[in-house]
Amino acid sequence: MPVGVVTVQGLSRAYQGVDALLDVSFAVEKGRYVGIVGPNGSGKSTLIRCLLGLARPDRGRVDLFGTPLGSFDQWQRVGYLPQGLQHFNPHFPATVAEVVGLGLLAGRRFPRSIRREDAGAVDRALELMGIGGIRNRLIGELSGGLRQRVLLARAMVNEPELLVLDEPTTALDPETRESFYRTIQDLNRERETTVILVTHDSGTIGRYASSLLYLDKRLVFYGGFDDFCGSPEMSDFFGSHSQHLICHRHQDGAPR
Amino acid sequence: MTFLDIFHYDFLLRALGAGSLIAALCAVLGVFLVLRRLSLIGDGLAHVTFGSVALALFLRFPSVYAAVAAIPAVLMAALGILRLAERARIYGDAAIGIVSSLGVATGIMLASMAGGFNVDLFSYLFGNILSISPFELGQTAVLFVIVCLTVVFFYHDLFAIAFDEELARTSGIRVDRINAVLVLLTALTVVLAMKVVGIMLISALLILPAVTSLQIARGFRTAILLAVVLGVLSVVSGIVISFLANLPAGATIILVNFTLFLISFGVRKLRK
Repeated sequence: MPVGVVTVQGLSRAYQGVDALLDVSFAVEKGRYVGIVGPNGSGKSTLIRCLLGLARPDRGRVDLFGTPLGSFDQWQRVGYLPQGLQHFNPHFPATVAEVVGLGLLAGRRFPRSIRREDAGAVDRALELMGIGGIRNRLIGELSGGLRQRVLLARAMVNEPELLVLDEPTTALDPETRESFYRTIQDLNRERETTVILVTHDSGTIGRYASSLLYLDKRLVFYGGFDDFCGSPEMSDFFGSHSQHLICHRHQDGAPR
Repeated sequence: MTFLDIFHYDFLLRALGAGSLIAALCAVLGVFLVLRRLSLIGDGLAHVTFGSVALALFLRFPSVYAAVAAIPAVLMAALGILRLAERARIYGDAAIGIVSSLGVATGIMLASMAGGFNVDLFSYLFGNILSISPFELGQTAVLFVIVCLTVVFFYHDLFAIAFDEELARTSGIRVDRINAVLVLLTALTVVLAMKVVGIMLISALLILPAVTSLQIARGFRTAILLAVVLGVLSVVSGIVISFLANLPAGATIILVNFTLFLISFGVRKLRK
């Protein structure tokens, strides 16, 4: 039986007595593109934070590549792109190449360093994102779209097997957003990179993801689009309009 | 008095040596602190140093060892600021304010109980770089090596955390430990720096070269190297100017630093 890329069992987390996640269990296999949707406050970001060790669950466990999260140290296998940087400083003096190079520290042992021979990996990540020409520009000089591409290049610099994206396109215009999602889709199809994407945009999920995970503190649905779209229970739960939006976009040409 | 006369005085050479080492340390750490929005931690730790030096003098440590005796208390205060910010759910600047005021209150209380100290405490408050002893120069050199080696070992971790703490965590970096390393190094440096510019002006030595460099540097490594050059330049020129013009050294160093900041600010505006 193949080892899941991500295995979550009985995950619960509360903030100051208010439940954010309740007994969530699921597994993601290699090469899947899982779209996580749910209303505001449904626990999507909490789930992502628990998956990455940024939040400690109250109960349950998370395994990455078959290893319990507490002892997982192969962070070079995981790329993470947040919605935006927590406290981004537009005057931060780092160049694009320096920022992308920081991704190489993942999984390295003390004293962590970036060597001259790592320049090739940085260049490859920049080329992959189509931004090779801006390697010497300062990160603070870039537009929101370009900055997200740089952060995606940073997440991809180790050629990770799992890419976790938490509402990565919130600040982007529609054109840049489409281009961004096509890049992610190419990574998923051509490199078999497993993708977990959190978004509010049901249409995006329908168009690009291969599986849907609907969260409302508890796990409401997890499975393929055929099951979701053909389920009267889901139609009752979501309302037929929301279900139609996801399924219509999916039938437009998303991978199955 | 001519410029070359400076090199005939041992005390001036010691001041230039110790001042340059401390300026370099402050500049490197300052870049990380400014980018982490922890600029005022130097100010807070300086106030704790005041209390700790007062305690050492109260316990009748010889004044030449007072700074060394102050180190454990300042290190504990540095960790206390971190713990307060993490555990007590208060912002970092509030944690700095609490520990800082505690340090000053302790110093004043001890000075009052002792019926006042001699002039030693004032040399820590306002700095007296021209009185640096060979022992203090040696102590500065040893701590310079320790701090430099630690920064070199943790350079990329510090850089990653300065850029974004959460992304650093997802790279497997133990952010809490590296934060502790940063504040402990800052505490050591503050203890050393108080003899150069005095407790009242230490934070300027940490902040000004860093923010001056950040105005014009294009690249993180460049920012650190430039901050070191600016910090050393301001200390050396500040000491020389103060000696030739008979001005207070600490204040002159800070004013030179501020002048360099204004120039770099102008350069940045002209570039745009």
